[in-house]
Amino acid sequence: MRTRYVLLAVGVALLVLLPAYGGNYLVRFGTFLCMYAALALGWNVIGGVTGYPSFATAAFFGAGAYAGALLQVAHAPMPLAWVGAVVFVAAAATVVGFMILRLRGHYFAVGSIALVEVARLVASSWSDLTGGGMGLNVPILPGGPEYAGMVFLYSMFAVAAAAFAVGLWIEHGKLGFALRCIQQNEDAADMVGVNTTACKIAAFVLSAVFAGAAGAIYASWTAYLDPSDAFSILLTLKVPVMAMLGGAGTVLGPIVGVVVFQAMEELLWSNFLEIHHAILGLMIVGLIFFLPGGLLSLGARRRMPARATSREVPAE
Amino acid sequence: MSELQILVNGLVLGSLYACMAVGFSLVWGVLNVINMLHGSFIVLGAYISFFLFRHAGVHPFVSVPIAAAVLFALGYALQRGAINRVVARPVLTTLTLTFGLDMLAYNLMILAFSATPVRIILDLGRVEAAGVIVPVDRLAAMLLALLLTAVLYAVMRGSKIGRAIVAVRMDRDAATLMGIQVERIYAVTFALGALMAGAAGALLALIFPISPTMSGQYLGKVFIVCVLGGLGNVPGALAGGFALGLIEAFAGVYLGPQNAMTMGYVLMLLLLLVRPTGLMGRKGYE
Repeated sequence: MRTRYVLLAVGVALLVLLPAYGGNYLVRFGTFLCMYAALALGWNVIGGVTGYPSFATAAFFGAGAYAGALLQVAHAPMPLAWVGAVVFVAAAATVVGFMILRLRGHYFAVGSIALVEVARLVASSWSDLTGGGMGLNVPILPGGPEYAGMVFLYSMFAVAAAAFAVGLWIEHGKLGFALRCIQQNEDAADMVGVNTTACKIAAFVLSAVFAGAAGAIYASWTAYLDPSDAFSILLTLKVPVMAMLGGAGTVLGPIVGVVVFQAMEELLWSNFLEIHHAILGLMIVGLIFFLPGGLLSLGARRRMPARATSREVPAE
Repeated sequence: MSELQILVNGLVLGSLYACMAVGFSLVWGVLNVINMLHGSFIVLGAYISFFLFRHAGVHPFVSVPIAAAVLFALGYALQRGAINRVVARPVLTTLTLTFGLDMLAYNLMILAFSATPVRIILDLGRVEAAGVIVPVDRLAAMLLALLLTAVLYAVMRGSKIGRAIVAVRMDRDAATLMGIQVERIYAVTFALGALMAGAAGALLALIFPISPTMSGQYLGKVFIVCVLGGLGNVPGALAGGFALGLIEAFAGVYLGPQNAMTMGYVLMLLLLLVRPTGLMGRKGYE
């Protein structure tokens, strides 16, 4: 266990010092790493720990992106716009969570995908506000590309670090205990006095908040938004896949998944843009067939074989 | 546009939507798998009809059974080779797998067919009655869609394999004890779902332009139909299909076409809140 945290610390140090030794390309790569780490860690709270198959990541990412971008267009300073976006996403996730967390299993999954679709359709058709399919230009951060790169890297890093801290707190805290109870048997958890509704909404909002923050920063970073980019169906699938690649339900799993996934994407797939979706599809098939517990379970299986298999709970 | 005309347009659309969704509903109900590939199955069926028409001059009505047969074989192979390995796992696993397979299918279709929309132009004239105009190709597609759905209903109720599928849906363990080979039933069910998607796609090709990029849109419509109508029965899919067709037709006229699809989703989410099993959800697929 200790080696893992040492490795993590080395990785973080490499990331934080990136602007000192890496070029713009590496800084950009590092920013993406942090963004996906925030998203995957956020997803892990509802999808991994609580066991609700959420594919709504892109809905909150896009909502945060649009909220932040619109605030910036209305001349709010960038940090204030980000805070506003997070508040907006938290409020939206509370309302939406109250509605769709009553669903379970398959219906929840379909409902969460529908959220992304509704959000994209609304953003496309409400062109007075969002610019519709024409997209929305966000003011560019002055100070040159090196400075902007650094600002966005550290901002994304802060979100990822916060998501990691929340992940640790959930793993050891009372809320996490309640969420794991819900994952194992929601009715039983309810019966022994866990306030399942409140806990599920808390988990949902926590996961949405990180997606919203990452989205808001992303909008300022790319300085341009359109509905299919903000509410991307690819993003909504990639994030759970990254978390599962490392090991859903653990704190380090999503980070490992993000690093491996992004490294593969950067080194292997970026040369094959035409078959990008196909490679992702094949990777998912491989992951589901051959690595159901994620990369971290490979080490765990050697030491404690019983636990690695007990994670697989059969469907109802 | 007269109200009666909008109603008829909605019914034409609705029967096609029912035919599109009934296979998805069957797979969800029996295998407990959300098949994200369903939209691609529909598009593939449409392209089979298109290519047969363009290169071999096959009449699109004749292509419907051909597309259905090809998709049946593909569905059977996919279930046996891939889906069956995870069929008992949680929804996150099965959904992610079919989602991934759909990415693969989408990419292959883009490479093979390109994203540019194509269409079959088949002017068969139109019928006019009581001020309502319906092109003959649309009318034919509607009737064929209803016929196919009725055939599926008859198969479920009357044939040995249909009864076995219903039995597996009602109680898998009891069905096993009665000597039903559950794995085979799963494969046949998935293949039947693909068959209905392929046939529906071939019918859609008669009316609408087709492109691989539309698979996500069709999948979304299928979701809505299944939730509106409830899973697990053919009448439910019909009710959901007609409901969505009418919603889209009326919302398209009164709220603008860009909001028609949004209305469908919003109603679906609202309905999920009130009745988490849809309008006609019940156990046992008939």
